[in-house]
Amino acid sequence: MSVRSIVPFGPQHPVLPEPIHLDLVLEDEKVVEAVPSIGFVHRGLEKLVEKKDYQQYVYVAERICGICSFMHGMGYCEAVEHVMNVEIPPRAKYLRTIWCEMSRIHSHLLWLGLLADAFGFESLFMQSWRLREKILDMFEVSTGGRVIFSVNMIGGQRRDMDAQMLSMFSKVLDDMERELREISKTFLNDYAVQSRLKDVGFLTKEQAHELGAVGPFMRASGIALDSRKLGYAAYPDIDFEPITSQVGDSYARCDVRIREIFQSFDIIRQAIAKIPEGEVAVPVKGMPSGEHFMRVEQPRGEAIYYVKGNGTKFLDRVRVRTPTFANLPGMLETLKGCQLADVPILILTIDPCISCTER
Amino acid sequence: MKISKSPWIIHYDGSSCNGCDIEVLDSLMPKYDLERFGVVNTGNPKHADIFLVTGGINAQNKPVVQQIYSQMPFPKVVVAVGICACNGGIFKECYNILGGVDKAIPVDIYVPGCAARPEAIIDGVMKAVALLDKKREEMKKEAKEN
Repeated sequence: MSVRSIVPFGPQHPVLPEPIHLDLVLEDEKVVEAVPSIGFVHRGLEKLVEKKDYQQYVYVAERICGICSFMHGMGYCEAVEHVMNVEIPPRAKYLRTIWCEMSRIHSHLLWLGLLADAFGFESLFMQSWRLREKILDMFEVSTGGRVIFSVNMIGGQRRDMDAQMLSMFSKVLDDMERELREISKTFLNDYAVQSRLKDVGFLTKEQAHELGAVGPFMRASGIALDSRKLGYAAYPDIDFEPITSQVGDSYARCDVRIREIFQSFDIIRQAIAKIPEGEVAVPVKGMPSGEHFMRVEQPRGEAIYYVKGNGTKFLDRVRVRTPTFANLPGMLETLKGCQLADVPILILTIDPCISCTER
Repeated sequence: MKISKSPWIIHYDGSSCNGCDIEVLDSLMPKYDLERFGVVNTGNPKHADIFLVTGGINAQNKPVVQQIYSQMPFPKVVVAVGICACNGGIFKECYNILGGVDKAIPVDIYVPGCAARPEAIIDGVMKAVALLDKKREEMKKEAKEN
């Protein structure tokens, strides 16, 4: 006869960098159900649009989340640009693509580190984050910031990269690729890592579809959907295919993310080779009037921005649907029937970003 | 500077955008290496000497921050990391932000910046270490007098 008990998990927990609270209903050591309660990081950013005008709000949009700050700023800018019918210069589109992919690399490396920390592989954690520092240095050289960049504005980019900087970047990326190959060997082939990740937390293709999962979490279950294929920024000119795995366990999610980092290296190289000369911003006149839905592929999955303007400098409404929010039902599904010791890993495999989710 | 003990830190994300959290973890990593001063990041408040809080305070996380603070043994130092933790920052006008961390618990060191740079965080932690030594001395003195 098994005994039912409830174990509170979070908001402050050693493996959680961010606060989320789960009530885990256990039968002995097995999780029967997980009941989440969120709202620890809620600030009310969407309401702030009434106090900041549509150009000031770019800075607020960047601070929805400090990990994908560039993509949040870009998603908001592209949405407003659609409303105002602004066509940004081609060079700005390529710059956005390069910075987007740099964000993806740094976010995935961060995730790999946190995953290694969750299963207690301290040196792998340190190695992943050491590698990530190179991307942050690249960000600092090109934008001036390490985490929050403020290079997006409505109508283009604030800063440009010169040819010397771009050639330096491609050299750094070559070095990083070589080092990442070494680290990824440990992630994918190490016996201890495999025993923690393989056959843990299955999500089938049907479940992923039904529960509306997005991003690498969904692609690891075999659905090849990637919003970059919708063609924002310079992605229409770039040759890439969504990366998928058919397995659907935690190991597959790790595998998909590692392969996505290599793909991002490739995308940046293509963008550096093709980047046209010219202006990086156009002047913007008038006030936004109308509404638009913008879909952006973030490291964690698809984010949706809804913007509605009323012809004044204050927007009526900004709404963000973030990838972690879409992935939470899938995460709760994978938690059912797992062991208590696997809970931290399963929470981490969706790459949760709570401050995006709660804003 | 003389460091008499290895101070352990605990980190809690109040309602920050993650930028400062990542920088706090980053300052513990090989490049900035806060661990060279004997600092260890612990998840248990009862083991911690220094409390790093990032982000402002809202109604829901106020009791959590207060509880972590009350579980820490004396002497303890609170470091508010990032401008949001100092006074609310860019989110000051949001309806759900009460203000900086000092609305919930007493703060000793303020580290400004959006996001606070690892160098600034290291500086803040080192100031906290000095303060920790001072507080310890004061506690010893009080114990002798009583």
